Amino acid sequence: MFVPILSMAQTDIDAIMMEKNALCIGPSYTYSSWKNYWEGKLKRENLNLGTVSTQMVGLMGTYGVTKRLNVLFSAPYVITKASAGTLHGYKGIQDLSLFVKYSPYKAKIGDGIFTVFAIGGFSTPLTNYVADFLPLSIGLHTTNLLARGMADYQQGNYFVTGSATYVYRSNVKIDRTSYYTTEAHLSNEIEMPDMATFNLRFGYRSYRLIAEAVFNNMTTLGGFDITRNNMPFPSNRMNATTGGINIKYTPAFAPRLSIVGGGNYVLKGRNVGQALTVDGAIFYVLNLGRKQKTDTNNNQTK
Amino acid sequence: MRKIVFALAGIVAIVLVVIACSKSVTGRTDDAAALTPENVDINAGDWKPVLLATPADIVVAAPAATNTPDYIAQINEIKAWQQNITQEEKDMVKYWSAGAVLRWNEILRELVAKHNLPPYQNDDGTYPFPSANNPLAYPQFPFANPPYAARAYAYVSAAQYDALVSAWYYKRLYNRKAPYNVDSSLNVLIPKSELPSYPSEDAVVEGAAVETMKLLFPGDQDFIQQKAEEHKRARIISGANVRSDIEAGEALGKAVAQKFVTRARGDRAGAAAGNQTVWTQLETDAIAKGEIPWYSLELPKRPPMLPLFGKVKAFLFDSLTAISLRPGPPPSTSSKAMEDEANEVYNYIKDDTREHYRIVHFWADGVGTYTPAGHWDAIAAEDFIPKHYSEVRWARNMALLNMALMDAGIVCWDTKFFYFNPRPTQLNPKIKTLTGIPNFPSYISGHSTFSGAAAAVLAHIIPDNADKYTSMAQEASLSRILAGIHYRSDCSIGLEVGKNVGNYAVLRAQTDGAE
Repeated sequence: MFVPILSMAQTDIDAIMMEKNALCIGPSYTYSSWKNYWEGKLKRENLNLGTVSTQMVGLMGTYGVTKRLNVLFSAPYVITKASAGTLHGYKGIQDLSLFVKYSPYKAKIGDGIFTVFAIGGFSTPLTNYVADFLPLSIGLHTTNLLARGMADYQQGNYFVTGSATYVYRSNVKIDRTSYYTTEAHLSNEIEMPDMATFNLRFGYRSYRLIAEAVFNNMTTLGGFDITRNNMPFPSNRMNATTGGINIKYTPAFAPRLSIVGGGNYVLKGRNVGQALTVDGAIFYVLNLGRKQKTDTNNNQTK
Repeated sequence: MRKIVFALAGIVAIVLVVIACSKSVTGRTDDAAALTPENVDINAGDWKPVLLATPADIVVAAPAATNTPDYIAQINEIKAWQQNITQEEKDMVKYWSAGAVLRWNEILRELVAKHNLPPYQNDDGTYPFPSANNPLAYPQFPFANPPYAARAYAYVSAAQYDALVSAWYYKRLYNRKAPYNVDSSLNVLIPKSELPSYPSEDAVVEGAAVETMKLLFPGDQDFIQQKAEEHKRARIISGANVRSDIEAGEALGKAVAQKFVTRARGDRAGAAAGNQTVWTQLETDAIAKGEIPWYSLELPKRPPMLPLFGKVKAFLFDSLTAISLRPGPPPSTSSKAMEDEANEVYNYIKDDTREHYRIVHFWADGVGTYTPAGHWDAIAAEDFIPKHYSEVRWARNMALLNMALMDAGIVCWDTKFFYFNPRPTQLNPKIKTLTGIPNFPSYISGHSTFSGAAAAVLAHIIPDNADKYTSMAQEASLSRILAGIHYRSDCSIGLEVGKNVGNYAVLRAQTDGAE
C-alpha cells in the first residue's frame, strides 16, 4: 500500500476481548514491500523506485475496562525506503490510534455462540510528518474517526467474524500552496475522501492457538486516479483487497504470553502498491486489578 | 437486544455528524472581490507595446452610437439575461469580475499543471515525444515542463498586454460609454467605471488568451472555449458590456495574439528538444573539455529536457545579449572545490529535518505542478489583487514578470547545456533527494534563475515588498541545495543571473510609459 497502516495483531478488528483490568501489551514489527503498483487501474512497475519498503515498529495494547468493554491503543514508528532511483526515504513516529471495543450482545445460536461488537476508533498524527511525499510518506496525516460493526460466530473451535467499517478522514494540509487533482486547487488543504472497509476472517480458535484466514477490502469513497506517469497524491482513490493469514499462539509454560505472526498480500488494488506484508508481535498480559485472576474464563483472551 | 440498538444508533449518529461536516476547500482567490481599479489608466493607449509597432496596428471600427436601435437592442439583451438570471450565472459573474488577466493566468497555470508530466518510456527504453499535430494521443501535447511553461506564460501575458494597449487606445478614441452609463435604469452586477467600454477589455484578454492557447494547448480547446464563452457571457449578464463591446474586443485580442503566434512559430522553441546527434554532441563536448558530462539519473536514461531551449528568441534582449548573460564556468568536476560542494549537499540531505522538507516541498514545483514560473505568477497575482490595478496594468505587470521568467529560462538553459554539468547525485550516488531530480544539467539552478528574475521584477513593481521577494527568492534557491538537487554555486550564481535578466524587464518598465 502507499499508506502504512499498523494492522498488526488486528486487535481492533478481531472478536477477542480482554478480561476486566487485564492489560495486554507488547511490541510489534511489520515489514511491507511492493515492486508493482496500480497507477489508477493500470498495474505497472517503476524503475525509478525499484522496491518500496516500509518497516514499522509499534507498541500496542488492549485494556479490559470490563469484560465487555475494551480500549486499545497503538503507535508506530515508520521507516520507508525505495531501493532504486534517487528519492530519499522518510522515517518518523506516525499516528496514535485509540479504539473502544464494546460487546453488547452475546447469545447461543444453534450449537455456537453469536457475539456482536461495536467499535469506535480515533487516530491522529503524533508528529508533523510529511503527507505529500508519496510513496515515501509514512502516512497521510489525517485525523480519523472510525465506526465499525462486527459480528462473530463460534462453534466448537471454529469461528467466522465479519465487520464493516466507515472511516471519516479529516482534510490535510501540505507544504505547497497549490496542487492539481483533476483540476487546479489554489490551496494547501486537501479534501480527503472517507473510506469504507469490509473484513472477513475465519478459522480455528482455541485458548492456545488461533489460526485464521483474513480477507479485507478497503475502498476510498471518492478521490481520483493517479494520472499517467504522475506521482501518487494523498487524495487518490486508494482501494485494496488483501488476503492473508494470522496465527496466535499462547505457550503452555507461559499463559500470560502470546506470540503473533501473520502476512497478507494485496490481491487487487487501485492507486496502491501490490504489497506483501509480514508482521510479528509478542504480547504479555498484566493484571492491573486487585484480584489476581488468570485468564481461564473463556477462550477469548489475549 | 436494546444494547445493540443503542450501540448502532450511537455509531450512526457519530457517522452522520461527521458526514455533515463539510470538507470542501476554498481556493485562495475563489472569493476575490470584483476588480475596482483605483486608476483606470485612461492613457494606457500611449504605453509601449511589446510586438505591435503602434497601438493602431490592428484596426478596430468605430462603434455604433448609443442612441441607435442596434445599440438599444444590445442593452435589452442585457436586461433579458438579467431577468432570468440563475445562481450559476451569478457565480460566473462573481468569478470573472475578479479580473480577466487574473482568471486567464489561473487557467493557464491549471493547464500547465495538467500537462507537466514526463512521458512514460517505450518498451525498448527510448522515450516518446508529444506531437502538437496529435495532441490527444499519448504522450499528450505538450509536456509543459518549466521552460515550456515559462514561454507559455510569457506569450499569453505579452499578447494580452499588447492587445490591451491597443484596446485602451480605441477606448479613448471612440469614448463609447459603458452600458450602465448610457442607460441608468440598467441593473449592474459589477462595480461601475468611467472607463469607455468599447472594445471590452475582458474580451480582449479572453481573445488573446484563446488565440495563443490554441498554439500552446491544442488538445484542450473544449476546456478553453468553454471558459471563453462563460467569460463573455458573464460580462454581458453583469451589464459591464454590450455584445458589440465583446465582439470588437475579442476580435482585437485574437488579431494581436496572431502576431505573437507567428513570432512563437519562429522563435526556435519547436526545435528545442534536439535529437540524438545533439544529445551525443553535448556529452562529447563536455568530455573534450576534460569534464565529467551530465547524464540522466532516470531509468531508463531520458534525453535531456529541451537542450536547445537556450537558443529560443528572448523577449527582452537579442541573442548576443542572451549569451553575454551566461555566467563563467562552475568548478571543474574533478576539482577539490566541486568535491567540497558535493559534500556540502550530502551533509544537508543527511540532515533532512522537517523544516527542510517544508522549504523543499513549498518550492519544489515539480511534476504535475504549474512549475517555478507559475509559482511566481501565483505569488504576483495574489499580491496584485489588493493593489486594484486596471486590467491593462495587470497585464503589463504580468507581461513584465513573465517575459523576465521566460528569458531567465533561456539564459539558464543556455548555461546548463553550455557546461553540461552533472547533478550532485551523479558525483555521489549516496545523495538521495527530498524531491525528484529534474532531468537536465545542474549548473545553473533553474529555480534560482527564475526566482532571481521574478524577485527583481516584482520588487520594482511593488517596492514595499522588495525584501519579501528577495528572501523568497533566496529560500527558493536554498531549497534546491537542501533537496540535494543542486550545489551551492548553481544556486548563488543562478540567483545573480536571474537578477541580471530581471533588470532588463525593470529597464523596460521604467520606459514603457506606465510609470
